[in-house]
Amino acid sequence: MAVADQDTAVRTGLVTRVFIYGILLVFAAFYLLPLFVMLTNSLKPLPEITGGNMMALPDTWTFEPWRQAWSSAQIGVEPTGLKPYFMNSILMVVPAVAISTMIGALNGYVLTKWSFRGDKIIFGLLLFSCFIPFQIVLIPMASVLGKLGMAGSIPGLVLVHVVYGIGFSTLYYRNYYAVFPTELVRAAMIDGAGFFRIFWRILLPVSGPITVVCVIWQFTNIWNDFLFGASFGGQTQPMTVALNNLVQSSTGVKEYNVHFAGAILAALPTLLVYIVAGRYFVRGLMAGSVKG
Amino acid sequence: MGFLDIKNVTKSYGAVEVLHRVDISVQEGEFLVLVGPSGCGKSTLLNMIAGLEGISSGTISIDERVMNGVHPSKRNIAMVFQSYALYPNMTVGQNMTFGLEMHGVPKPEREAALKDVAKLLQIENLLDRKPGQLSGGQRQRVAMGRALVRQPDVFLFDEPLSNLDAKLRVDMRTEIKKLHDKLKTTIVYVTHDQIEAMTLSTRIAVMYQGYVQQLGTPKEIYDTPANVYVATFMGSPAMNVLPVRVVMRDGVPHAAVRAQDGAEQYLRFSQSNLAAWDGREILLGVRPEAITDPDGADRNSANIVPLSNRIGVTEPAGADTFVTMELGGRDVIARMRADANVVSGQDFTFAVNMEKAVAFDPASEERIAP
Ligand SMILES: Nc1ncnc2c1ncn2[C@@H]1O[C@H](COP(=O)(O)OP(=O)(O)OP(=O)(O)O)[C@@H](O)[C@H]1O
Ligand SMILES: [Mg+2]
Repeated sequence: MAVADQDTAVRTGLVTRVFIYGILLVFAAFYLLPLFVMLTNSLKPLPEITGGNMMALPDTWTFEPWRQAWSSAQIGVEPTGLKPYFMNSILMVVPAVAISTMIGALNGYVLTKWSFRGDKIIFGLLLFSCFIPFQIVLIPMASVLGKLGMAGSIPGLVLVHVVYGIGFSTLYYRNYYAVFPTELVRAAMIDGAGFFRIFWRILLPVSGPITVVCVIWQFTNIWNDFLFGASFGGQTQPMTVALNNLVQSSTGVKEYNVHFAGAILAALPTLLVYIVAGRYFVRGLMAGSVKG
Repeated sequence: MGFLDIKNVTKSYGAVEVLHRVDISVQEGEFLVLVGPSGCGKSTLLNMIAGLEGISSGTISIDERVMNGVHPSKRNIAMVFQSYALYPNMTVGQNMTFGLEMHGVPKPEREAALKDVAKLLQIENLLDRKPGQLSGGQRQRVAMGRALVRQPDVFLFDEPLSNLDAKLRVDMRTEIKKLHDKLKTTIVYVTHDQIEAMTLSTRIAVMYQGYVQQLGTPKEIYDTPANVYVATFMGSPAMNVLPVRVVMRDGVPHAAVRAQDGAEQYLRFSQSNLAAWDGREILLGVRPEAITDPDGADRNSANIVPLSNRIGVTEPAGADTFVTMELGGRDVIARMRADANVVSGQDFTFAVNMEKAVAFDPASEERIAP
């Protein structure tokens, strides 16, 4: 009797599992298909694309489209490739992510462990900034950047993204630190640690998971931003704007293979961030909820 | 003037006053226990001594230095928290020396202090572990160690044993007591466990609803509780408190009580000033151990009074047997020797030690002092 029960249990388990894995495989293939198309076509010479099957593997494998996209394709009027714009993006993203994460962590620390009159209202206003659509602030932002003399420069873009980023980064850290035991902060106060030392020595060392979440979030958002880059980038436009120019501006033949390669190049950093830190991403998202 | 002086201290959160005019003076080397039910303000008072909560009015001074507004780290106190509050990212050793490091003590001295304390608490083999790798009892020790290395003027404990299992709690209790005997540092200790309060303290402050109900030695609190609240809070099982009428017989005040069969019996008071209450009702307080079988009665007492009543429930508890009976309309508990011959439902003659009885004013519930 018991043995029979166990048998059925195992068999149902197997059937269900095959079913689940089957569905998962179908979906995975579905999501990977675009990447497959982009990758194979970026490695073909142009005639193979225009004259043949988009889905086929290349007959002749070539890295030429990648080289062109990176260093010699026509972007707007200059044949520079995406390289300088990639650098612009890096120079914009790294400080913007670092600064907005740092400010978010400090905000979260103050809002949870050094509560003051009106802290709830301030947090509410910061949260509000998460929901303001980009388009609304374009004109005021342009005038502010102009007054600061930062229009059309990388520092200007960094400022814009930091201002937009601290809403989310504060939200992340506030929720994370809200469940961090206040008794630890009190113990450190008695031990003689000051405001910054408590932050640096007690809270920050255990903030790894939420920092990963925050960095991934900010990195992908800022890297992928197009509107601010196009509006305030001036001569120092980021990768997204350059990619658009690459795809839109070619007057002659559309070089699909170069476009594919360029698109992958533009997506590569965010992909890399996910692969390296993705494990911690899920862990960090869950951290607040299970610790309670 | 004591070593730790709490003078006329109140605490308000907005319009709500949660501590009312607290006056406690603690001598150097004393072990003061703040005891009371949840929400009575024990932790608040302790945090005010530590400087973690502001003082709404009054003063707190340590060693004649007024501490109002002084930063917690400048008060030369150390605190052990209920959750232990060990820094999770640091090793046990780093946890214990963090305070010294913050106070700028050089490394060799820190190491020496750490070694001494680790030896005292027998945690030398744990110094390189993280708090997450310790058992509850070990964490407790480390938390105490962290307080000890600072060599503070005053130790503050906030329910340090409440997260331990029953057996470990008793062991650690003994250990804390030993530690205090050895170090003779002033301790303020918060608990809601009255046994901890009785066993550890040199003096107890019983708190209720933001008032210190009584401040005294464990014996004073136990034998002469200031009011009905203290009488029933301290002691397990609780003191029996029942309404009785005072009657004069042969010029001596007696308590008239009705046993279960309805007959009125008279228990002679040892307290002669109760004559002033002749004919009126008071509350009589008798601890369970003052009601026994005649053979188990205290031989040194000059006033053992017999009381006949029917035995209700009997509860053998190993060393003692607890007997419940109905008296004056209330359930009254008596504490017998384990081998006392008591059978549920039978009539029995109890012996009441009226020397240990206390009388309370039924209106104010304050004790009527002899
Ligand atoms: N920040 C605060 N704002 C308002 N009221 C508070 C605050 N902190 C504490 N109280 C109130 O003060 C009273 C005393 O709290 P306290 O923490 O001192 O109780 P306690 O005696 O330590 O209880 P427990 O045994 O549960 O720890 C409680 O009624 C509590 O609700
Ligand atoms: Mg408390």
